[in-house]
Amino acid sequence: MKLEGRKIYKGIAEGEALVTNDGISFYGGIDPDTGEVVEVGHELEGQSITGKVLVFPTGKGSTVGSYTMYRMMKNNTAPAAIVNEQIDTIIAVGCIISEIPCVDKIDINNIKTGQKLVVNGSEGTVEVK
Amino acid sequence: MKLTLEEQYMLNGKYGNAAQKAMEILVTLGEIFNAEFMVDVYGVQIAGVSYANLGEAGLEFLNEMAEDGRVRVLTTLNPAGMDRENWQVLGIDKEFAKNQNRVIDAFAKMGIITTCSCTPYLIGNTPHFGQHLAWAESSAVCYANSVIGARTNREGGPSALASAITGTTPNYGYHLDENRHGQVLTKVNVPVKDTDEFGVLGKIIGDKLVELGKKIPFITGIPSATIEELKSFCASVATYGGTALFHMEGITPEYDRYPKPSDIVFEINQEDLEKTRSELIDDNLEIDFVSIGCPHASIHEIAKIASLLDGKKVKKEFWITTARPTKRIADDAGYSKIIEDAGAKFAADTCCVVAPIKGRFKGIMVDSAKACYYGRAKNKFKVKIGSIEDCIEEAIK
Repeated sequence: MKLEGRKIYKGIAEGEALVTNDGISFYGGIDPDTGEVVEVGHELEGQSITGKVLVFPTGKGSTVGSYTMYRMMKNNTAPAAIVNEQIDTIIAVGCIISEIPCVDKIDINNIKTGQKLVVNGSEGTVEVK
Repeated sequence: MKLTLEEQYMLNGKYGNAAQKAMEILVTLGEIFNAEFMVDVYGVQIAGVSYANLGEAGLEFLNEMAEDGRVRVLTTLNPAGMDRENWQVLGIDKEFAKNQNRVIDAFAKMGIITTCSCTPYLIGNTPHFGQHLAWAESSAVCYANSVIGARTNREGGPSALASAITGTTPNYGYHLDENRHGQVLTKVNVPVKDTDEFGVLGKIIGDKLVELGKKIPFITGIPSATIEELKSFCASVATYGGTALFHMEGITPEYDRYPKPSDIVFEINQEDLEKTRSELIDDNLEIDFVSIGCPHASIHEIAKIASLLDGKKVKKEFWITTARPTKRIADDAGYSKIIEDAGAKFAADTCCVVAPIKGRFKGIMVDSAKACYYGRAKNKFKVKIGSIEDCIEEAIK
């Protein structure tokens, strides 16, 4: 199955899907050293996003989150790619400065945690294998 | 998006890595928000300056951009985490000071003026009506759009830096007439005066806008307002309502440019002011810290503080937060000596929102509704709002 969305940041990445219906705040919500979700009560609390294709509706929280994503890229704890329903500026800017492939305008109900995904940020597509 | 040749050169890397990365950020944002083209900006105000917020990650990004990135337009900085000259007196530790200076050095290398103030419009980064900007710092964004009639979206740190390096911003949001119309007719039926009361008014309107899911109030019933009252109002309505633009009948320059809203009407009376003021005064309060200057104190406010403190002694930690250039005027005018002789301290380049003072005090008294919000949320203080006169009375008590 190939889902058509909108390209946000270029590049192709393959990885296992980690899906949540909660918004993600990179600043304060994720530990940039371990890649673990630390936001209390978050659907993914305690899980690592490192190397995953992180699938969530949209970003939330402080604009410092863009810098947190950059730090995760430098720490090798960043997700392989990001898929959103609706991108926000924090995640968009974070993906650009950290060079993380990103696609939005995807119905995330079509994706389940554990599925193998190929995200093509240059074409704006997400392939479910 | 339609890009000019120069913009395409930047995007293709002709002007180096920083310009390319900057243009990538702006073009992507433009495409997300359906901008058709970029507009040149007169000036930029950058947020994300305190090392406490940026951390090593932010600093590393700035250093990378500073390798070959140079700003094309007038660019100033938001407050840093400390007074750059007087940090030791204010109890900032050495390690933090070292890291804060590394951040400022990276900005300076890019040609940014390192004034570190949330009131760029008071110290020379002063746009005119209708000019396009890329400003971060929510209170200054609100002031520029509303009080000056310039045009800027609420930028974040990286997008503002990108505009500084390219001299452009995507043309969407508050840059367009169609997005600047008043949405909620807000009738103020009671006289409002002083910075603290304008802050209280900002919280009432901001809270209501969030409830209504709207952003732009059209305010009537304010016969006059000073720059200081307006800057306090801007900081408050931006903090509580996420507001980047308001119109105020007879006060702001665009109030009669667009149709006056009439379908949603919101009225504010004396009891609303009293109720909201009481929400900004905590119970079981023990005040051990007084701070004036959120947003940064103007020279007019400093003159007033000097006259109120002349010959007195403060008995509590007392900070006046302001821009370094304003402090220099206060030095020359003799105000600083009067204030420091009274035992109060200047904290230039910084403020009680971004300085690393979490937990250092029990209760803070301020004349700013914005400072109340961050005093509680970020620094875990109890808070009390009052006029500048009330704050000084508390400090010398």
